Amino acid sequence: MAQLNMVQAINLALKEEMGRDKEVVVLGEDVGMDGGVFRITEGLLAAFGPERVMDTPLAESGIIGTAIGMAVYGLKPIAEVQFFGFIYPAVNQIANHASRIRSRSRGRYTCPLVIRTPYGAGIKAPEHHSESCEAIFCHMPGIKVVMPASPYYAKGLLLSAVRDPDPVLFLESTRLYRLMREDVPEGDYTVPLEKARIVQEGQEVTVISWGYMLQRSLQAVEGFDAEVIDLMTINPFDEETIIASVKKTGRAVIVSESPKVGGFASEIAAFIAEEAMLSLKAPIVRVTSYDVVLPLPKLEDRYLPTVEKIRKGIGEVLKY
Amino acid sequence: MPEKVIESFDVKRLDILDEAGNADDSLMPTLSGDDIRKIYELLVFSRTFDQRALSLQREGRIGTYAPILGQEASQIGSAFALEKTDWVFPSFRENGVYIAVGQPPYKILQYWSGDERGLRTSPDLNIFPVCIPVASHLPHAAGAAMAAKYRGDKVGVLAYFGDGGTSEGDFHEGMNFAGVFKLPMVFVCQNNQWAISVPREKQTAAKTLAQKAISYGFEGVQVDGNDVFAVYKATKDALDRAKQGGGPTLIECFTYRMSDHTTADDATRYRTKEEVDAWKARDPIMRMKLFMEKKGLWTDGYQKEVEARAKASVDEAEKKAESVEPPDPRDMFTYTYGALTQRQKKEMRDF
Repeated sequence: MAQLNMVQAINLALKEEMGRDKEVVVLGEDVGMDGGVFRITEGLLAAFGPERVMDTPLAESGIIGTAIGMAVYGLKPIAEVQFFGFIYPAVNQIANHASRIRSRSRGRYTCPLVIRTPYGAGIKAPEHHSESCEAIFCHMPGIKVVMPASPYYAKGLLLSAVRDPDPVLFLESTRLYRLMREDVPEGDYTVPLEKARIVQEGQEVTVISWGYMLQRSLQAVEGFDAEVIDLMTINPFDEETIIASVKKTGRAVIVSESPKVGGFASEIAAFIAEEAMLSLKAPIVRVTSYDVVLPLPKLEDRYLPTVEKIRKGIGEVLKY
Repeated sequence: MPEKVIESFDVKRLDILDEAGNADDSLMPTLSGDDIRKIYELLVFSRTFDQRALSLQREGRIGTYAPILGQEASQIGSAFALEKTDWVFPSFRENGVYIAVGQPPYKILQYWSGDERGLRTSPDLNIFPVCIPVASHLPHAAGAAMAAKYRGDKVGVLAYFGDGGTSEGDFHEGMNFAGVFKLPMVFVCQNNQWAISVPREKQTAAKTLAQKAISYGFEGVQVDGNDVFAVYKATKDALDRAKQGGGPTLIECFTYRMSDHTTADDATRYRTKEEVDAWKARDPIMRMKLFMEKKGLWTDGYQKEVEARAKASVDEAEKKAESVEPPDPRDMFTYTYGALTQRQKKEMRDF
């Protein structure tokens, strides 16, 4: 089995699915000739032609808006937004239309759309290229937010996202793109949406994370008897897996690279407090980035939660 | 080196039927007597419906409503050019369009009374629900046209918006995609001169809205929006061209919003009675009546019959809209995603 990085795994998923299903089309800035600025769509233009791999004008609202029109017409578009920090012009389309058309039309129209976009800090990118604002999109019932933490899961989750009948925001960590390789099978397999996975079992503390921070969390738990949960689908999230684990361990640490206030770690913490307070042995801890404007690369390592900071968080809850 | 003119452009205006009911035969589109009667009946019906909706709002029986008075020709004329397989993306003031394509009128009332079920369009109609965030549906229309083109479906896509909409980014992005991908689209701008309280001159320094098409590489034309024949002809020609691979067209229907923006608005705060009165003389239905009378297609008896039929249909729509079962609160959950989420299953226990 091939050892692939996340770029290769996502590329493979796209290639295979486009080969299987003629309704799948790809559109976005530089996704054709250039193969995308991270080369995620490399080779697709040559394999499937310009009718299915569309270099669009430089306009995020136009890209997502037209993708909504295609999806409602019956295609399965995969739209790329070049960086998460550039998605804001398209928020109107996502919040007012993609997430609502099923409800507004009472099921007459649906929007099987995938929006792929690279997120996150840690690759020394310019301003506006490193955001992790997934929580904003978790406040929009009607869309799903998925954040894979490794190549194998990226491929399986992306295939589920493309086949899902509803719009999915698929967030790919730029730091993870080429950080690690793992076995990624060729051919069809899916990882279900709205399900978390227990990456490792443990008895003393539950560590919940997603995307790149899951990899740092896995390093941080060395030496602790920790259960680690990869949330995978951020929203709608897998409440049952979280609760079962926290009830077992009695302690919860949530690790996210967003700012703390209003971040999705806060939703998870509130949920645990509501549902499992009486099973808790210690306060819930959120390990996040700071509530500051995301700094330029010279300070980004100081901004992101480090392995040490996560270990400190785990140590805090284990004091009780 | 001397400067050269490297491009120059014309903006055309189309008028066929004047206020006295005289039509320019050389421009007149091919329409049978039955077609003309059908158009007239749709004009009368949409006005009758509009007046009833206003009354129902005043009586508190529906919510805020956006009237179409004065814009009937722009809506019926353009919609009459559609084929059943074409796709339509309305804005929020296209009640005449919905009526013309065959959306049951009671559903329109149901929507404006606050019930999502009114937005569910009939399965045999390719018409989108109302779009309230201004011009944000224009990229959807372009996307549907891209999908139709990809599949090789010979359909046209018609999108409606107003003069205010031309200031929105999504208008430009939708028009730009349509031009770049040479899409089978028709953009129908009902320039009714007012975006709530802001007049057309404050939306853009351009002399016409039609000319905005030029910068996206396709044709724009201004038509008398109160002339149902001019609107029909421009739309029909544009749709035919679009379906033959000729790309998109922008049509500026030069018309006037005779009523308030919505029932929550008071237009006397920002425009004069003189201006409104001047447009009364250009009424789209009156000139059709005069035209038909000259052609022997209109009599007093016919008028009474058309009005009676319109009233009966609107009565029926009103009765039906008011007699539907109240919506099931569980529908809020049913239609958010294809399947209920873990959280929704718990939340739904409240109902």
